[in-house]
Amino acid sequence: MEQVMPKEMPEKEIIRCHNVNKWFGKLHVLKDVNLSIKKGEVLVILGPSGSGKSTFIRTINGLEDIQQGDIVIDEITLSHDIKHIEAIRKETGMVFQQFNLFPHMTILKNITLAPIWVRKKPKKEAEKEALELLERVGIPEQANKYPGQLSGGQQQRVAIARALAMQPEIMLFDEPTSALDPEMIKEVLDVMKELAKSGMTMLVVTHEMGFAREVADRIVLFDNGEIVETGTPEALFDNPQHDRTKLFLSQIL
Amino acid sequence: MMHTEITPTKSKVLPPEQKQTIFGWTKKNLFNSWFNIILTFVSLFIIFIVLKGTLTWVVTNADWEVIRANYRLFMVGQFSEEEIWRVWSALLYLTLLFGLSAGIWKGTIRQLSFLLTAIYVIHLALPFLSGHTKIWLLSNIVTLFASYVIGLKLPKGKMIGIGGWLFSIIVILFFLQGFGILPSVQTSMWNGLLLTVILSAVAIVGSFPIGILLALGRTSKLPIIKYFCIAYIEFIRGIPLITVFFSMQILIPLFLPEGFTVANIIRVMIGATLFTAAYMAENVRGGLQSIPKGQFEAAKTIGLSSIQSTFLIILPQALRAVIPAIVGQSISMFKDTSLVAIVGLVDLLGIAQTVKSNPAFLGHHMEVYLFVALVYWVIAYAMSYSSRRLEETLGVGKR
Repeated sequence: MEQVMPKEMPEKEIIRCHNVNKWFGKLHVLKDVNLSIKKGEVLVILGPSGSGKSTFIRTINGLEDIQQGDIVIDEITLSHDIKHIEAIRKETGMVFQQFNLFPHMTILKNITLAPIWVRKKPKKEAEKEALELLERVGIPEQANKYPGQLSGGQQQRVAIARALAMQPEIMLFDEPTSALDPEMIKEVLDVMKELAKSGMTMLVVTHEMGFAREVADRIVLFDNGEIVETGTPEALFDNPQHDRTKLFLSQIL
Repeated sequence: MMHTEITPTKSKVLPPEQKQTIFGWTKKNLFNSWFNIILTFVSLFIIFIVLKGTLTWVVTNADWEVIRANYRLFMVGQFSEEEIWRVWSALLYLTLLFGLSAGIWKGTIRQLSFLLTAIYVIHLALPFLSGHTKIWLLSNIVTLFASYVIGLKLPKGKMIGIGGWLFSIIVILFFLQGFGILPSVQTSMWNGLLLTVILSAVAIVGSFPIGILLALGRTSKLPIIKYFCIAYIEFIRGIPLITVFFSMQILIPLFLPEGFTVANIIRVMIGATLFTAAYMAENVRGGLQSIPKGQFEAAKTIGLSSIQSTFLIILPQALRAVIPAIVGQSISMFKDTSLVAIVGLVDLLGIAQTVKSNPAFLGHHMEVYLFVALVYWVIAYAMSYSSRRLEETLGVGKR
């Protein structure tokens, strides 16, 4: 990947969220969320289920729309204009809890689909890059199988490769290991760690505390649709400021 | 990077060998309890009575002269003797396509080609067909084998195969109708199995794309498109096919400029297509609903436009999921073509009605209906069989 750069250098804010509010019907699920993320930063979002963390990450690439506030991604303001949403989706890759691979296509086709149809790359070139990506996530030999023939961990690694194939600036992870058997979690986390080291900007919603402590540059704790506390892993885990954070950590650790 | 590969460990322990004798199987499946023993004997008795009655009738009592004498009528109706080569040529084109496709794709289409060959061979063995007919049958068989061999080797075979099928309706209509180049054969002379097959082929092939568009329209966010599609589907599904045929007789002339007429057969084709499309749409919609939301989201997040995600991700999966329903609808359309008798077209069943009321064959309606049923069954079964095969072949990527 191109964006191998030292982490200290860039100070540019690639994601800016200002007073983001969202309601599901009458339920206020995101309350005045303010958050900025620098290029190359790895941000882990923690919080109990129903706290709005998944909803928040899904607003970043327009899967959920917001009723108030602004989200600016790489100087593009997210709006209802489908052109803007499509432009932002080309900048962001997303990995889902349920993998969401296309079951009727081989692994190779899953990965080359968007480069060929959206980036208009020649098929040969897209396949070459896809094989390199499969190499990077450690499963080059699965290229011609179908998703149903792979284990959960392998499928999730393919999903990461599929997102990377569009050469995104930002990667969004929505509980990427929550649907996996315990012995497969590590193989997915290893891929994510390697990605973080390469300088990718990452937003990760997860329950993997070990990963958060080791890889995150900054951790955000969500509760009840609000950001409760923000800080480095050390600060948040070892010296939490808010009672809510202390309670959450005591329940989970 | 870690390679956590799941390789199946070769198990050295083989499953215990199971020796299944016929006796063992019968004992296990037919005589394993008192109740089943009684059930087995009662069933055997019923099967025996039915088979004995039917077979005795078929072999001794039935007089198959009525089928023999009217065979041509059943197949092509009143298509004139001098022009019959055109029907044969159209069939030969189809045979060629079947052979080529069997070579190119193998699988289901190859089995259908076997069936076609079997039908030709059986006809070749029928003693009452003329020498002229047998030459045509023989050339069909030869064509099938030759095109199969060619299909196996053909470079760019798939392109040629798809092109051939797309072209087929035009080629067949050209041979039958003439398009002014060949002398015209009035469409009222297209009867029997020929009419049944043409009508159902047009209705099935035509209704498929219309049905897909209606189904997509029904899920559209634009209210005008959405409510038009809902109204259309619900209206058509609420009225019987016969009403559609009748109203086409009256409605279509209203839309046309004065002095302009459309052949009855065309009106029926339009009616059958529009009717089937509404049902196809509901089948396809069922498929669309079976696709999880995550598939739409994944397609969006990798940057596909909504048209791209519909045609690359959603439809291929949705259609695959509803093959049985679509084929069921096609079979039902094929059989429903027999209703065209009401608006004055003489299809296979219409011919049967004519033949059985011919004074020379009075009292032989059983033979006639049995024969017609057999023809319908062979074609309908071939359709349902290929649907099952198709499901198995496409099942590869199933979740």
